[in-house]
Formats: sequence, structure tokens, C-alpha cells
Amino acid sequence: MDIVSAIAVLAGIALVAGLALTLAARTLKRDADDVVERINAELPQTQCAQCSFPGCRPYAEAIAQGEVGINRCPPGGDATIAALARLLDRDIIALDASLPPPAPPGVAIIDEERCIGCARCLPACPVDAIVGAHQFMHTVVEDLCTGCELCIAPCPVDCIEMVATDDDSERAA
Amino acid sequence: MTSAPTENLHRLPGGLRLPGFKAQSATGEIRDVPIPKTLVLPVRQHAGSAAQPIVSVGDRVMRGQPIARAEGDFSTGVHASSSGTVVAIESRPIPGREAVEAACIIIETDGRDELWDALAPIANPLAATPDALLEAIGKAGIVGLGGAAFPTLAKLRHAVDAGVDTLILNGVECEPYISCDDALMRNQPVEILFGTRIMLTALGLRQCAIGIESDKPEAWAAFTEAASIEGDDRVQLVAIPTVYPSGGEDQLVYLLTGREVPSGGFPSDVGALVHNVGTAAAVADLALTGTPLISRIVTVTGEGITKPGNYRVRLGTPIADVAAFAGGYTEHAKRLIMGGPMTGVALTDDALPVTKACNCLIATGPAVRTSFEPERPCIRCGECARICPVRLQPQQLLRAHRYGAGDTLDGLGLIDCIECGCCDLVCPSHIPLTQSFRDAKLARRIDVYERERAERARERFERRQEREQTRADAQAAETKRLKQGANPDAIAEILARKRGAPDGDDD
Repeated sequence: MDIVSAIAVLAGIALVAGLALTLAARTLKRDADDVVERINAELPQTQCAQCSFPGCRPYAEAIAQGEVGINRCPPGGDATIAALARLLDRDIIALDASLPPPAPPGVAIIDEERCIGCARCLPACPVDAIVGAHQFMHTVVEDLCTGCELCIAPCPVDCIEMVATDDDSERAA
Repeated sequence: MTSAPTENLHRLPGGLRLPGFKAQSATGEIRDVPIPKTLVLPVRQHAGSAAQPIVSVGDRVMRGQPIARAEGDFSTGVHASSSGTVVAIESRPIPGREAVEAACIIIETDGRDELWDALAPIANPLAATPDALLEAIGKAGIVGLGGAAFPTLAKLRHAVDAGVDTLILNGVECEPYISCDDALMRNQPVEILFGTRIMLTALGLRQCAIGIESDKPEAWAAFTEAASIEGDDRVQLVAIPTVYPSGGEDQLVYLLTGREVPSGGFPSDVGALVHNVGTAAAVADLALTGTPLISRIVTVTGEGITKPGNYRVRLGTPIADVAAFAGGYTEHAKRLIMGGPMTGVALTDDALPVTKACNCLIATGPAVRTSFEPERPCIRCGECARICPVRLQPQQLLRAHRYGAGDTLDGLGLIDCIECGCCDLVCPSHIPLTQSFRDAKLARRIDVYERERAERARERFERRQEREQTRADAQAAETKRLKQGANPDAIAEILARKRGAPDGDDD
């Protein structure tokens, strides 16, 4: 009789522990995702790919995997590095010297006189901030533009220019 | 009209008894500043969105004629404060904390001061419908005259929607130096009571308290006397202890009703509506004569002014003209402040115009602030927390702001700071706390704005990724289908067609 109850108790414990572990495993997995999300939340979401990853989220994933340093985001500059260092408990380091220095925030403006309507800038925009179609004039929706400069290179007539935005303090007011 | 016993009042947490410095200006007399040569009327003299000019350069305008119309619900119009010709509409600096520029309508006055003939008094305002009264108040460009210049119509509408039960008239004027409300209460208590009754009608309310600070016995006496002419059972006079900042909107609501305005909310959230006594007088003026808001009483005071006192100034009058009429500056004049010494802003130029928000101009001598002692470290004495009238912990806020924990500031109640300046006064280490909190509020606003933008960019980027993924998947499936199902001849044919086609996409 004793042996039956012992087996039952042990089996019970095993079941409970197994369930708990399964739950824990799931939660931990979600934690890893959480880390990516939290890193991503600190990135400026310019999607400029200057970090050599095709957007902020891929860069966040790479940081979470430990593949790359936290100092590869020029638009975020020192503030982002500091925020990531605090989040990940790492040392604050300088921006990777091989990258361009942080530029003042800006938006792309299309010189509509010169635009030939080739539509090559449309797929380049990571946030679909350019409206236009073949043979029609294009324009940048200023409010949505992140200032990533990715549309500048594809333009065959160099009609896209970066313009510094107003002080954010005024925009936020 | 009755007066309530003071012991029924609720007690303000914190606050300070400040020296008044009011005697020099509070003579009880209000003098009219003459029409200036040039009027500079900014389209943004109120909280909310700027008005839109509706006159053009060269137009002749009359006193009281609308020259800019309200833009949206949270805005109000601007009226010419004397007759003359519009000579320019251009961007000029306007007085205020942000030191920004705004479009200003410049009128060269002709000295004739002709009245716009379309102005008409409201017939029988105490029997008019609330809608008609609200419309008239909105058209008249009336804003709160206590200094914040909140459009009165927006406030009344909001109060109607929120189901307010108590109207409170603010005659507390607790900040040192300022005495324009005191002068108004002494001189025009009948008008204030009449305006109050109109507002009660417009709101359909049965309860009103007029709060008057206890250091204004003349104003109290004037009201008691006026009650025989324009008294009303719905209106009660209440003496408010002289403690700064009892005249803050939320503070006054608490003192009188014991209701605490929630964080980030308005008095209407607790059923109260607060108007300055000057606003009530402006409403009465509108009802009796049809005059829109084209002038206000300004306290001109300080050691740097020859004849301190209260002056009725047409809106748009350059401050230099006001100072000149007040006898000019004395040799003590070192700085110019708009508003009071606690919450006012230093002005850089006396060419700036008097606006609807300008309740006081102080030309200070060196005596106002004798020491500019250097800041020392916080010693955690807790004085600032003890006197804070909104029960914040200024020392914690400062720490969070300075040492990079901006995200904890919301939890510490940063937005509830009313910037009264009490903590600055009591800080033994001379830390500029209030200014830090103003900076922190701006930094928070920018941060929130940037985060919203980033969030939007992230969403759009992810949608786009998803879309491209779907497209790539569809293409892969199509290729696979072709490879599996089609006969080699068909593939060769397609390839041949492709090769024959002109290069490039579509062009």
C-alpha cells in the first residue's frame, strides 16, 4: 500500500513540476521576444539601415543575439547608446567610428519641378512615406518621413534633398 | 447675496504667506491709457490655436470690429481696439513664456476712435437663451483675464457638457504686486455681479461663490454695497485667507468645495467652473454695450515705474506707451516682467504689445532680488515638499529630471506642478526648481512626441515588411507552380518573350 501511495505522490510531483517547467519554458521564450521588443523600443525607428541591418527591428534582434554592439545607430546617437546600455546593463561606449556621425533630424523633400515620376524612390522608402505613381509627380509625406535618406540614392535626377526639421520642441508644443 | 463664514473653508496644503507689495499700485483708481499711434494685435493672445486674420492691409477698421476669426473650437477672435488703418500683417515677437513670433495685425490709429456700428447690446441678457449668450460671448473674443487667457466660450461649453454645478469667481489675486482685479472689484462690483448672473443664466446654474482674498477689505466692502443693486440669492461672497497660491484655479476649487481636481483634469471634472472677476466684467460689458474684449486692466508697478497704478489699456498698445503714460521708468528700472514675480515672464523688449493675458507689468529695481546666490547641492531638508500646494516632492522631481530618469517623472506627478514658484523661495540651496520643472515638462513633451513618431514609423515599417513577405511568398509559389506543372516548351516560349522585350521595367 505504501509503495502505491509513494508512486502516486512522486508521479504527482513529476506532473506538477513538468507543467511548471513547460510553463516556465514558454514564458522564458516570450522573455527573449520581450528583450527584442524592449531593445527595439529604444531605437529611433528611422529604418535607415546605417547599422547594416535592414531596419531597426532586425538590428534589435541582432543585439539580442549578442551578434553586434549597441553602438551602431547614428540617428539615435549617444542617447540611444546610453538607453541601450542601461537596458542591457552594459558600458556606455562611443558610436562606431566607421559609421557616419549623427546628422540633425531632417525630412526628405522632393523638388517637384525636377521629379520625372520614375517611381524608383517609392520602394526605397521603408515607411511608405512617399506618395506617387509612374509618370506622376511624387511627394514626401513630411509627417511620416523618418529622414533615413534611403530614397536619395535611387533618384536618377537627384531631385530629393534632406531638409532639417524645425526644432522638435516647437513641433511637440 | 450672502457671505460665508471663513471657518467652513478647506485648508490648502502648503503655500506661503508672501509680502504683498501691492500698496504702491492698489490705489483703487483706474486710469485710461490714451490711444497709441500704433496698435500691434497678435492673432495669438489666448491659449489654443491662433486666430485667422480677416482684414487686409489698407483696410479701414473701427473700434470693436473683428479683425481675426477663431480657428476651431479652442480659439477665439481678435477685435480692433481703436479705429484706424491696417498697415501691415506680419510676424512679430509676442510676449509669453515661449518667446515665439506670431502674425500681428498692425493698425495705424486715426485718433477718432470710431465705433463699429454693428455692435449691439444683448437685449435682456438675463432672460436670453444659453445658446444665444454663449454665441455672443464667443464672438466677442472673451478669454479668461486672470492671465492664462483660456477662451471663455470653450470653457463654458466644456462646463455645460461636463454638468458643472458650481460657478466660482476668482477674486483672489494672490500673487504679489498684482492688483488689477482688486482695482476692478473696487470700481465695478456691479458689473462683475451682473456678468456673474449672465454666466449663471448661460450655464443654468444655481450656485456661485465669489472668492475674495482677506487682504482686500475695500473690494469686500464694494461688493457688499453692490449687493443692494445687483444682489442675487445664488451668489455667495467668501473671504479667502491670504496664502499664495490660493488663487490658482484648482486650489480655489479645493478651498471652496473640498473637491480635488484630478491629475491632468479640469475643475469641470469635479463639477466646478472658475472664472476670473475680470472675465465676468467683460461679459457684463458685452451684454450692456455690445463691446467685445478690446481692453483690459493692467497693473503697472515696481520700483522702476514713476507712477505705479492700475491702467485700462487697449489691447495691442505697446508696453513702452503704457510705461510712458505711467510717468516713465525710474533710474531703478532694470528688468521688465509680465505677470507676477512668482509666475511671470521676463520680457526683453518694451515694444511688445499688451495682450489679453497681460495682467501686470513690473519694472523691477534691483531690490526685488537682492542675491543671485550660486546653487548648492540639495540637502534633503524637505522644505519644498512641505510647502508644495499640490503635494509633490520637488526634490524627487529634480533628481529624476537631472539624473536621467525622465520616465519616472510622470509617476512623480510632474504634470501636476502648477509652477507657482513656492519651492524656489524656500529652497535653502537656491536650486532653480520651478525652472527645472518647466524644462522637464518640455523635455517630456518632446520625448512623448518623438516616441509617438517612432511608434508610427515602426508600425509602418512592419506593415511594409509583412506586405513584401506576402508578395515574395506569392511569387515563390507561382514560380514553383510553373516549374512543376508547365511543359518545357511553354517555359522556353516565355523566356524567349522575355528576352525579346525591351529592357527595364515599364518605361
